[in-house]
Amino acid sequence: MARVKTGVRTVGAVLVAVLGVTAGLTGCSSTGGKRAEDARKAATAQGKAAVNTPRWTFGMVTHSGDGDTFWDIVQSGAKQAARKDNINFLYAHDDEAQQQAQLVDSYIDKKVDGIIVTLAKPDAMKGALARAEKAGIPVITVNSGSAESKDFGALTHIGQDETIAGEAVGEELNKRGKKKALCILHEQGNVGHEQRCEGAKKTFDGKIQNLYVTGTNMPDVQSSIEARLQTDKSIDAVVTLGAPFADTAVKAADSAGSKAEVDTFDLNEKVAAGLKSGDLGFAVDQQPYLQGYQAVDLLWLYKYNADVLGGGRPVLTGPQIITKDQAAELEEYAKRGTR
Amino acid sequence: MTATAPAPAPDAKTDERLVKTSPLKKLMGRPELGSVVGAVAVFLFFSFVADSFLQATSLATVLYAASTLGIMAVPVALLMIGGEFDLSAGVLVTSSALISSMFSYQMTANVWVGVGVSLLVTLAIGVFNGVMLTRTDPPSFIITLGTFLMLTGMNLGFTKLISGTVSTKSISDMEGFSSAKDVFASTITIGGVDFKITILWWLALIVVATWILLRTRVGNWIFAVGGGEEAARAVGVPVAKTKIGLYMGVAFGAWISGQHLLFSYDTVQSGEGVGNELIYIVAAVIGGCLITGGYGSAVGAAVGALIFGMVSKGIVFAEWNSDWFKFFLGVMLLLATLLNHWVRKRAEATK
Repeated sequence: MARVKTGVRTVGAVLVAVLGVTAGLTGCSSTGGKRAEDARKAATAQGKAAVNTPRWTFGMVTHSGDGDTFWDIVQSGAKQAARKDNINFLYAHDDEAQQQAQLVDSYIDKKVDGIIVTLAKPDAMKGALARAEKAGIPVITVNSGSAESKDFGALTHIGQDETIAGEAVGEELNKRGKKKALCILHEQGNVGHEQRCEGAKKTFDGKIQNLYVTGTNMPDVQSSIEARLQTDKSIDAVVTLGAPFADTAVKAADSAGSKAEVDTFDLNEKVAAGLKSGDLGFAVDQQPYLQGYQAVDLLWLYKYNADVLGGGRPVLTGPQIITKDQAAELEEYAKRGTR
Repeated sequence: MTATAPAPAPDAKTDERLVKTSPLKKLMGRPELGSVVGAVAVFLFFSFVADSFLQATSLATVLYAASTLGIMAVPVALLMIGGEFDLSAGVLVTSSALISSMFSYQMTANVWVGVGVSLLVTLAIGVFNGVMLTRTDPPSFIITLGTFLMLTGMNLGFTKLISGTVSTKSISDMEGFSSAKDVFASTITIGGVDFKITILWWLALIVVATWILLRTRVGNWIFAVGGGEEAARAVGVPVAKTKIGLYMGVAFGAWISGQHLLFSYDTVQSGEGVGNELIYIVAAVIGGCLITGGYGSAVGAAVGALIFGMVSKGIVFAEWNSDWFKFFLGVMLLLATLLNHWVRKRAEATK
């Protein structure tokens, strides 16, 4: 064990030495960083409850994986509405269908006053929604599952029809005179992703090909797109299905020496900046903030006033095509994580 | 027999380790031989089926894919030779990137400060893995599975807590960014073709790891520890120290990969990296490392990474139906591994 102790001591000494070197570098950055953000934030005030209805509890269960930017924006919309409507907002997620159904069950056991749920894997959620209905808990479906929502007994559905969104992309590509496009799927087996590319294929006059990449590994995403663009110089448009991949696609096109225009689904700070600078052609936004916000607000309206928006028909939040013209305005909102 | 002195016949009494073997036989005994043959086979295969595979720019892309994997596969191979696993290696890369990004941003510090802090914390996590393993009984599989889960949760939890969203804020406008980008994520143009700097990091790691394995006492320790822990301890090999060192090596690789991730994309998604640890292990195994430890080489792991890079990008170059992408990948890897195994068996038989 004596040897181990000296080993640990050596390790400690090395760490301290490196720390010393680091401390020597302790220059502060006079540009960017937290300080710049704080300055921006100073003006933005946080909202307070605008109503005096009882403090109801709403639970939201999504099929999101860990650390997904999109669902983070949905949540911030829901939280904003919850603050305003005096709602205690709960959130849980799991990308495994069975686990997601169990989460819904546990909210039902908790006797929440309303449930918001996504139907990405509808069959698995059917039983849970039936239980909620039996328990007298109103349910609103968001994002995916517009076809099943009503059959499963939900009040209404708020979201974007993925096929329609894909069709909008195809039309926009036509408008831009594109001939050959690449559709980048970052999650193999995601039904919504397939529908988007299918939709684009339906309306696009040129050719469109799918390319699967490993979404959890950025260098792999980049080198795969790069490889395809090197192979086929006639590709003049690349469509990514998630905001974080748009920037990577731009880098890939760059190093492949391709002139292809990069377009994307969804929006974030970087996409807004990319649109503004002209690196990106257009983005298809389904307004995730609106999906979260409306879901909570509509549940509140139902509890308070028995209102149902859309008469039980799906309420669409997208697709909204965003180009350079709107980008400047939206960049600020994307920066604060609400667009 | 001529008049010249006859060559001394190998004396039955001489130590078998001192017997001179022909260079060819020496080569046949190398652990990476099988993988090199596999790599050549994969290379020839894609040269035929994919027209654009042989372009210089395409090869640069393949090398980039191989290098980002290889930077981790080489230290992971050393760890496997030492008889241990690290399932936390994939997410550790993401942790490392998150730490430097968030530290720099939150402290509004020069980016290099964050890079330094990240090195310390990442190495500390490596030490944690090593110390946990050597001080307790459970196998490395379980210990690092625990670290894997903890890191996955912490990556998300801390990022959300500190930056309010699940990805870090952009640090590209901060001081030190461009010089750090030069070191970790720049491109070098040779003859009009852009090569990513990760390829250099990768080569450097191969050289250092090979030197450690074959030319130093520590190298002997690693083989001894992986071959039989008790026996190694009995002859005075510092088992715990060696293993902690190996985990620190993996952590160092994770730090380089993490910084590359950060400086090439300037924001980091906190959910990334899950699943990559298995690919590092696969690369090491293709490269001839035994899963049970005690046998393997750094060069082999690097060639394993190269095979993986060639297959995964070759499929794209060949424009095969992407629905079957993972299937093709699996088939090619299996074939490469079987060929590798077969060559090694033949080599051992002729010894």
